[in-house]
Amino acid sequence: MTIPADTAILSRKARSWTLVAGLALVGLHLVVALLTLVWTPFDPTELAGRRLEAPSLLHLAGTDRLGRDLLTQIMIGSRIALTVGTAAVAIGAVLGTTLGLLAAFASNWLDDALAAALDILIAFPTLLIAMLVVAASDGANLSTAILALGLGLSPIVARLARILAKRVLLMDYITAARTSGTSWPAIVRIHVLPNIWPGLSVNLALQFGLAVIAEASLSYLGLGAPPPNASWGRLLQEAQGTVFSAPIGAITPGIALVSLVIGINLLADGLRERNDPARSER
Amino acid sequence: MSALLAIEDLSVEAGGRRLISDLSLAIGPRERVGLIGESGSGKSLTALAVSGLLPRGLLPHGSIRLAGREVIGAAERELNALRGSAVAIVFQEPLTALDPLMTVGRQVAEPLARRAKRDGAPLRGSALASAVLDLLRDVALPDPARLAHAFPHQISGGQRQRVAIAMALACRPALLIADEPTTALDVTTQAEILQLLDRLASERDMALLFIGHDLAVVASAVDRVVVMRQGVAVESGPVATVLAAPSHDYTKGLLQAARHFDDAIGRRL
Repeated sequence: MTIPADTAILSRKARSWTLVAGLALVGLHLVVALLTLVWTPFDPTELAGRRLEAPSLLHLAGTDRLGRDLLTQIMIGSRIALTVGTAAVAIGAVLGTTLGLLAAFASNWLDDALAAALDILIAFPTLLIAMLVVAASDGANLSTAILALGLGLSPIVARLARILAKRVLLMDYITAARTSGTSWPAIVRIHVLPNIWPGLSVNLALQFGLAVIAEASLSYLGLGAPPPNASWGRLLQEAQGTVFSAPIGAITPGIALVSLVIGINLLADGLRERNDPARSER
Repeated sequence: MSALLAIEDLSVEAGGRRLISDLSLAIGPRERVGLIGESGSGKSLTALAVSGLLPRGLLPHGSIRLAGREVIGAAERELNALRGSAVAIVFQEPLTALDPLMTVGRQVAEPLARRAKRDGAPLRGSALASAVLDLLRDVALPDPARLAHAFPHQISGGQRQRVAIAMALACRPALLIADEPTTALDVTTQAEILQLLDRLASERDMALLFIGHDLAVVASAVDRVVVMRQGVAVESGPVATVLAAPSHDYTKGLLQAARHFDDAIGRRL
């Protein structure tokens, strides 16, 4: 596995720092997301205060243009972001890995065709594919957004899975496994999937971050979860009109979004460093 | 015909080019045969063809009978049954021959468990673990209990090659193909691996197909050699005969090169 030079030169301490920081950020969002299932400061639809209030002890992040508590909506936004990110990446991972492995095992002709198709799909931005899927479905809701993002992410995952699997399949241990009579499904399970996982998981973590951003973009465009689901993207869109009079309404969802995406990337980096057996116990 | 492996008129073609032409070779039970030739002479392809593992795009013609069953044109399912029980391969590069993410013990356990299951006596848990340790001990690995928990990158090249041999043995093959098993190792380790293969072949009544480019190494491991050049078997016979009185110019050249090398080293000492 090649290791990017910039992470390789980080000291052990610096690497464990990334893990701790990532865990802290993602953990915070996770705790908040779980908390919203049982408790939020206010009801998300309740007009709890005056319009566009500045942050106060009662409304820690102020209120929006209708007077709803912003902290409540940002907290619910965490839950929506994590749900959409996890589900979309899961769909993209399963679909992409399956397609990629199929291409890696396929005859030359089929592999070329699949690779070309994937390249064409990758040429379209994930968001554009997701928007097409949403537009083609009945209406915008949370599950169409998840499905759309999952489909949009899958070509990138598929292409990576294909090339990683092709490299693994060239290894002598695959030939050795075959000479000992291991069937192809067993080889995929025992050798191929574990060996493409380190490379794939880092990419999936990046995709998770991208999915969170893409979900915010979809919601911003009104193609994500409909109100009263308080997605960060919709909060940003709603705060757009009042950004000069009440900038806090745009800043706080922005901070929430950035902190989650950075946290995921740090966590992924830290986990990879820790799980790579070739880089431990030296 | 009682031959374990009978290759007759084997040709392998890729895009109109002939990589192996009309190769015939027979190996009986417990027989040790060497396949000598330079890089690109078709030695390793022969090994792959025997186990039906030629890369796509390489078409074999002729006949390869392994344990009485035809390999060329056989379905994957039939080949899977044949592989392991009839033939196993040890490769040249001991690092890529082992899965980097699997402990040595698990790697050996996989073929062991599969073979046991196929024989109708499944091995599990502690029985499997002790069978793995027995195998690791059999290939003379030091401290098998500790090495079983090591990853491939944590052990030496010679140890890795012993693990690869243990994995091949786990299937209890009738024929062991060793494809340049000592090329990537230093001379001392090379001698140890050769001794190991020699002992294991006699203990387990295995036939050995030893592939290599180094005359001295191959000759020390086998009874009979086949010399290949550009996909053609140019000479074959008992080791003593071929080394003492080579009939083909190419073999003479190989011998001479080896002698020049020895002389050069002799002068320096």
